[in-house]
Amino acid sequence: MKNLTFFQKKAKELRKEILTMAFKSQRHHISSSLSIIDVLVVLYWGVLKISPQDHWNLKRDRFILSKGHAASALYAVLADRGFFPKKYLESYGKEGTILGIHPDYGYLAGIELSTGSLGHGLSAGCGMALAAKLDSLNSRVFVLLSDGECDIGTVWEAVLFANQQKLDNLVAVVDYNKFQAFGKVKDVIDLEPFVKKWKAFGWEVREVNGHNFKQLLQATKSVPLKKGKPTVIIAHTVAGKGVSFLENKLEWHYLNLTKEQYKRAISELDNL
Amino acid sequence: MRYAFIQELTKLAAKNKNIILLTADLGFTVFEEFAKKFPKQFFNVGIAEPNMIGIASGLALSGKIVFAYSIASFASFRTYEHIRNDVCLHKAPVIIVGSGAGLSYADNGPTHLATQDLALMRGLPNMTVLAPADPVEAQWATREAARLKSPVYLRLGKKGEPVIYDKTPKLKIGQGNWIKRGSNFVILACGNIVFNALKSAENLEKKGLSGAVISLHTVKPIDKKLIVQLAKNYSHIVTVEEHSVVGGLGSAVSEIIAQIPAKKPEFLISGIKDDFPKKLGSQEYLRKIYGLTPEKLSLRIAKFLKKS
Ligand SMILES: Cc1ncc(C[n+]2csc(CCOP(=O)(O)OP(=O)(O)O)c2C)c(N)n1
Repeated sequence: MKNLTFFQKKAKELRKEILTMAFKSQRHHISSSLSIIDVLVVLYWGVLKISPQDHWNLKRDRFILSKGHAASALYAVLADRGFFPKKYLESYGKEGTILGIHPDYGYLAGIELSTGSLGHGLSAGCGMALAAKLDSLNSRVFVLLSDGECDIGTVWEAVLFANQQKLDNLVAVVDYNKFQAFGKVKDVIDLEPFVKKWKAFGWEVREVNGHNFKQLLQATKSVPLKKGKPTVIIAHTVAGKGVSFLENKLEWHYLNLTKEQYKRAISELDNL
Repeated sequence: MRYAFIQELTKLAAKNKNIILLTADLGFTVFEEFAKKFPKQFFNVGIAEPNMIGIASGLALSGKIVFAYSIASFASFRTYEHIRNDVCLHKAPVIIVGSGAGLSYADNGPTHLATQDLALMRGLPNMTVLAPADPVEAQWATREAARLKSPVYLRLGKKGEPVIYDKTPKLKIGQGNWIKRGSNFVILACGNIVFNALKSAENLEKKGLSGAVISLHTVKPIDKKLIVQLAKNYSHIVTVEEHSVVGGLGSAVSEIIAQIPAKKPEFLISGIKDDFPKKLGSQEYLRKIYGLTPEKLSLRIAKFLKKS
């Protein structure tokens, strides 16, 4: 078993990778990617049964990045995990790339669904989880949603379906960073009482600090939390987590890093 | 075009309290002032585009004129049945505003490309489809859309589109606007690609090929009278759109030309081929791939004129 230092170190490296990709490509959604990287590190190095060498194996676990706008985090993780060469990351956001601002199915190993339009991941995840049940496979499906995404009707349609079909091999992780595109979640469409909502819909709920590796590991390693029930992990996170001046600011959904900011961000992470 | 749109809408909203702007969680650096100025005329419905259209229709059926805003792909694809039933079937005065027309969000990948929206919106009864060419047309289209009192799809570019008109032209819904005169061929273009169509015609002019350029800002109802007349007067007609070649402007024009009994002109549809892009990049990059830069358009039109 990997120890907590491993996860901390990995997350720090990948934060730097995300910032480098963002700076070199002058592309945005920085805060969205930094907000989920700890969750991804736990899933990809601690939980998911997947192998870059055998990435179409039907028995594999699935991970769907439903909040596709944080693709840079997923690319950084997949490259580091060996799904494709790291040098691909240099093409992110550049002319002729296959690494778009949102991930695209069919071009890179490890991308399970084309996302970018929010509100698709959990439905597709239901389908994959159901197929695994039908085929008597043990694979589990993890779907990472954003909080703003929970405004969307289809998310709740999928929530109902998963309960109806007792998809206990389905795990939703909500990146609850309290920000969406044009304001704070509570000012746009308040989700509270969030835990109660999921519970009322028949899901087994676990709330964690989405930057605490111990809590994340505990929650994700023990799924299904209850036999016969789909699991949701509500990860309380910080948009832009890890770099002080990027944290909890709406504008870092949109802005690009200047050279000075990039350097400052990297040195802040280095001095952690 | 986004800024032209919100400037005009701000003027309209000040005069008419029944004008309402809904957004599905978009508008950073565009809507802040409007939201502050008109708190009872602005609502962020969250990331819930189909719900936004339903709300818009309810408001509209209760006397409001509703602008419902999102990125064009989400505003049109995700919402389609709500637009068809709640808006068009009821002739509700809802203006669906899709920003980021065509390849505007090229680097964001296929999910963000609005390259089938004209086809969808054109297919709906009672719908007026407006695809302004530049900020000047966008401002006019916003004003007209508010006056129509019926369903409108307003297809905007993103930001920083070049201005085509040095003085404000006389524009009318349903009537193409001549931007350039010419005798060898005529280009019918709409939306954010009109500028490139114009540039390509100017390139060809230098090579002795004289082409007219018309902005067909109203994709529906299409200017049938004009097209029939052009088919008589020109041997070669070209359409240019930043949209799939299936179902958009080229289709709309060809539907009319196909039904003309007399001898038909040679006809070229330029647009985006019926596929999802395999490689991504800037809008400019994908325009190159799909032959929609001025240079590529000129080459293609020159070849077309030579061959037929
Ligand atoms: C269906 C849909 N509507 C709108 C958008 C545009 N958009 C991209 S990200 C975003 C919201 C960002 O907030 P959130 O989803 O909470 O993600 P976070 O920034 O917290 O990562 C929106 C509205 C989209 N991608 N998909």
